[in-house]
Amino acid sequence: MTVLVALGQAVLLTVLAPHVLGITRAVRARLEGRAGHRLGQPWRDLRKLLRRSPTSPTDASLFFVAAPPVLMATSLLVAAAAPFVATTSLAGEADLIVVVGLLLLGTVALALAGLDTGTAFGGMGASREMTIAALVEPTLLLSVFALSVRVGSTDLATIVTAGATDPASVFTPASALAAAALAIATLAECGRVPVDNPSTHLELTMVHEAMVLEYSGRDLALVEWASALRLTILLGLLANLFAPWGVATQLTPAALAIGTAAFVAKVGGLAAILAAGEVFAAKLRLFRVPELLAGSFALALLAVLAAAVLG
Amino acid sequence: MGLIRRIVATGRAAQKAPKRPEPLPPARRLKRSLQIRHVDAGSCNGCEIELGQAFSPVYDAERYGARLVASPRHADAITVTGPVTVNMAEALRTTYEAMPEPRLVIGIGDCARNCGAFAGAHAVLGPVDDVVPVDLHVPGCPPEPDTIVAALRGLTGR
Amino acid sequence: MNVVAASLAAAGGCAVAGAVSAVLVGRSVRAALVGLLTALSGAAAVVAGAAAANGAAWSLTAPYLLPLTGIELAVDPLSGWFLLLVGAVTAVTGVYTIGYAGRQGEGPGSRPSLFLLPLFAASLMLVPVAASVPTLLVGWELMAVTSLLLVVTEHRHAPAVRDAGVWYAALTQLGFVALLVGLLWLAAAAGGTSFAAIRAGAADVDAVTASVVFLLGLVGFAGKAGAVPLHPWLPRAHAESPSHVSALMSAAMVKLGVYGLLRLGFDLLGGGARWWWLVLAAVGAVSALYGITQAAVARDIKRMLAFSTSENVGLILLGVGFAGMYAQAGNPTAAALALGAALLHAANHSAFKALLFAGAGSVVRATGTRDMDRLGGLVRAMPATTALFAGGALAAAALPPGNGFVSEWLLLQSLLHPGPDAGAMLTIAAPIAVAVVAATAGIGVATYVKAVGTGFLARPRSDRAATARESPPSMVVAMVLAALACVALAMVPGLTVPALSRITSDLRLADPGETFAASTFALRVEAATLWPLWTVVGIVAGTAAVAVTARALGRARRRAPAWDCGGGPLTERMEYTATSFAEPLQRIFDNVLAPEQDVDVTHVDESRYHVTAIRFHQRIPDRVENRLWQPLVTALRSLGERARPLASGSVHRYLGYMLVALLAVLVVGVLP
Repeated sequence: MTVLVALGQAVLLTVLAPHVLGITRAVRARLEGRAGHRLGQPWRDLRKLLRRSPTSPTDASLFFVAAPPVLMATSLLVAAAAPFVATTSLAGEADLIVVVGLLLLGTVALALAGLDTGTAFGGMGASREMTIAALVEPTLLLSVFALSVRVGSTDLATIVTAGATDPASVFTPASALAAAALAIATLAECGRVPVDNPSTHLELTMVHEAMVLEYSGRDLALVEWASALRLTILLGLLANLFAPWGVATQLTPAALAIGTAAFVAKVGGLAAILAAGEVFAAKLRLFRVPELLAGSFALALLAVLAAAVLG
Repeated sequence: MGLIRRIVATGRAAQKAPKRPEPLPPARRLKRSLQIRHVDAGSCNGCEIELGQAFSPVYDAERYGARLVASPRHADAITVTGPVTVNMAEALRTTYEAMPEPRLVIGIGDCARNCGAFAGAHAVLGPVDDVVPVDLHVPGCPPEPDTIVAALRGLTGR
Repeated sequence: MNVVAASLAAAGGCAVAGAVSAVLVGRSVRAALVGLLTALSGAAAVVAGAAAANGAAWSLTAPYLLPLTGIELAVDPLSGWFLLLVGAVTAVTGVYTIGYAGRQGEGPGSRPSLFLLPLFAASLMLVPVAASVPTLLVGWELMAVTSLLLVVTEHRHAPAVRDAGVWYAALTQLGFVALLVGLLWLAAAAGGTSFAAIRAGAADVDAVTASVVFLLGLVGFAGKAGAVPLHPWLPRAHAESPSHVSALMSAAMVKLGVYGLLRLGFDLLGGGARWWWLVLAAVGAVSALYGITQAAVARDIKRMLAFSTSENVGLILLGVGFAGMYAQAGNPTAAALALGAALLHAANHSAFKALLFAGAGSVVRATGTRDMDRLGGLVRAMPATTALFAGGALAAAALPPGNGFVSEWLLLQSLLHPGPDAGAMLTIAAPIAVAVVAATAGIGVATYVKAVGTGFLARPRSDRAATARESPPSMVVAMVLAALACVALAMVPGLTVPALSRITSDLRLADPGETFAASTFALRVEAATLWPLWTVVGIVAGTAAVAVTARALGRARRRAPAWDCGGGPLTERMEYTATSFAEPLQRIFDNVLAPEQDVDVTHVDESRYHVTAIRFHQRIPDRVENRLWQPLVTALRSLGERARPLASGSVHRYLGYMLVALLAVLVVGVLP
């Protein structure tokens, strides 16, 4: 039964991810006074891309070809295992350290693919992405660790259940600090403003885009889909760790239905807030980004200390 | 706060969508999703400005499924402006070849069709047709954003 | 017949046979024979270590082998663990040497070098089984001397090799002196030189003596392990020595430093004060951060791997330090967990570092350069080496599905539960340690992406890289063996748990059975579980499934030149190099690294406004070395210069010195 729920969750997130992207673009368009495309447009783009033939550079090796499947597979594993709809996840796989590690593995695969193309932009994107990842991964780890100190376990399902069954425990100083740190880390990990502009055409301002300039066809579809999926995952984690109300703690159909609805609503809301924030913020200069990430690291460290000292 | 006030005051800048034009043959395969890479083969930038306006909040071509992308590898079609200058011929050809098949070329403006005002200049190689096969011409010098949007809608089918 | 005794005898015998055959045999078959015998010696040590780690006991006292004190040997689970590590790395190195030393009979294949290799391996095996202070010191010094001579194998090559030898000799002897003083003082205070006697007499040792002994042991053992600030020998020696020696040193020898600390701190001194372990943990934390920062910006592939060793040793020492602190705070479960994590990380590190150094050696042998800025494109010419190196890099970066991830997971778990009586120190230290582990993991990932990406992928950046060819089969087989060890540790680390439990209960850290629960396939710590096998299977199966499904839905792949933005064909000079890849990180850690940059502008003779050439130099020095050791070296040198008149050449003066020394010894030692 748990396996079915996990599979269902993976399917739900995979289907939801392009819509989350659509929501961010739609909200942004409305705020900018444009009409914007419909919510389902990213789905159309992906569907069309899947049918086009992929191209590999002549100098590239297996790393270039393997990166999109690795990226997608690691994102799917996290989508299946982590507690989004229900907290009865696949036993043991929803460990927060494993989740952070899997997300980082996807990033690494893409960075190696960027270097494998042999182009200057690929290398540039890989270098910047790995620098940002080097600073974001500790923050991700620490901010969720702060929550696990209180609960006594690094299992994400346990943390979310603790929050769902005792709602007041979410409102602690450690929680607030961890939420702030995780929010900034999410922006950095998913390549959103102010760390990276996902819709830029200027290569010198690119971080994530630069690594994928060489991809086409179904490779590109997988990469874009996985990026949207990772955004959904991180927004979902943000929602469920700090606002866990509505998550299904039992595997009854009613609870699952409420859990699904709550999850979709929370992620949709967070996506809209993210998009609105992007309208008011500008992308930071690359060498300002470490200052931002160091700030979020400091917040996360404070969160862990607060959790350890204040209980 | 000033920005919020400006957003509220402006409201929706996008004009109402005009009548949908007839879908062209590629629209069946593109299914309302068209990614475009722009190539300036030697234009005076007049067409670029109009193309830029076509994607601005007033005309907003994105709502019909068209999107500008950063690399020809990501693109279904390239929009080419200007007569092809001698220096840009090879670059245009490489860009065309970098696109995955099936691919389209959209020539924007009179210069793309017949070199326009620059016909016979020493630096001009010829119209776009001399270098890459063009699937759709958008006439005008420069074409109005409405014309460009109508051409794109013909391809996306929305 | 005792398994341990038999296999140790076999190990020793093979090592001696290897040394003898190096002297006697001709060069065409010398490398193969010595390599094979060294590998057999290592395999025998693995058997001995496994048996000892599973509880087999053995001891031997030979009072006649060494003047005054004799040799005492004994194995217990702790020494068995390290014997197993050392043996495995020796076996891999032995196989590697067959191809690496070649048939030319020069450099690594020369008679002296091949003579010393089995002796080095034997000394590495002697240290864990030593059961008395003199035996340990003899093994330690033998290890130091043989490895020093091996490090300077290629001293005719470059002055840097000689420089590395001098630094290595000086720092090793410094550590040895500290150990000598500390351990003999401990033996004197406890009333006996054998470990059993010291254990029995540990209660008689007062706290001040014990602390001084521990600190001296820290200098000696942590210095050998490569912890900052005693590390300057590590990047030099590992970079300049032949790669099979680097592998042995990095994967086996530095672990013996950790072994020494465990033996001294937990076993002989019986746990000690909490602040000892805090100091050790602090040393570990600094080593981890400094090591990985230097590795991230290194452009010499072996220097990068050496600093990565420093980083991993830092993490191991962090775990050991916390184990000690937990034990003193009365939390044996957490102590056992922390120590288990440290020991498992030691094993994982041995496996992947041996693999990485073997890979680096293959690359250096094939291309003739260690400079990652000049490598690249090796994935086509050397596919096996690239794949294996990438596997090692995955493990070293502590990413799932690698084995480094498992021990990092365990280490983080151990830092999660300081326990109710932890006290302020532990409650603050544990979160900071988590931050340190997380930060080093993050930078470590960037480092290894740089190594694999710029060193092996895309197009070759120099002619030397373009003409590379795959290594001989024996070198690839050695790498495969190391990779198999990594895979086994990644998929079923639960197999090591019984041995770890035995070690921790032996060191009186926890009751047997109360440590973390583990089956072969899952590691369970309180409420968290890790399923290493499922993680590996999930990632591999998931990737395959996605790739197959996507291919089924779409079209065939086509090959085309990379998109060059219309500017003409891409050249190798347009690729990112290792230095450029690491440049953002270098900027971030500018204050720590303090790079030295030099711009030389050559002007046209007629006018200073025109320039003929501009040259840019950048060097990232080792700041700890510059701030701490260089002044020391300069001070010692000036002291030596000023003391020169003492050695005047006059026999009368020398006789006078001897008389004064004798009188002083009589006054201090004999009279009171």
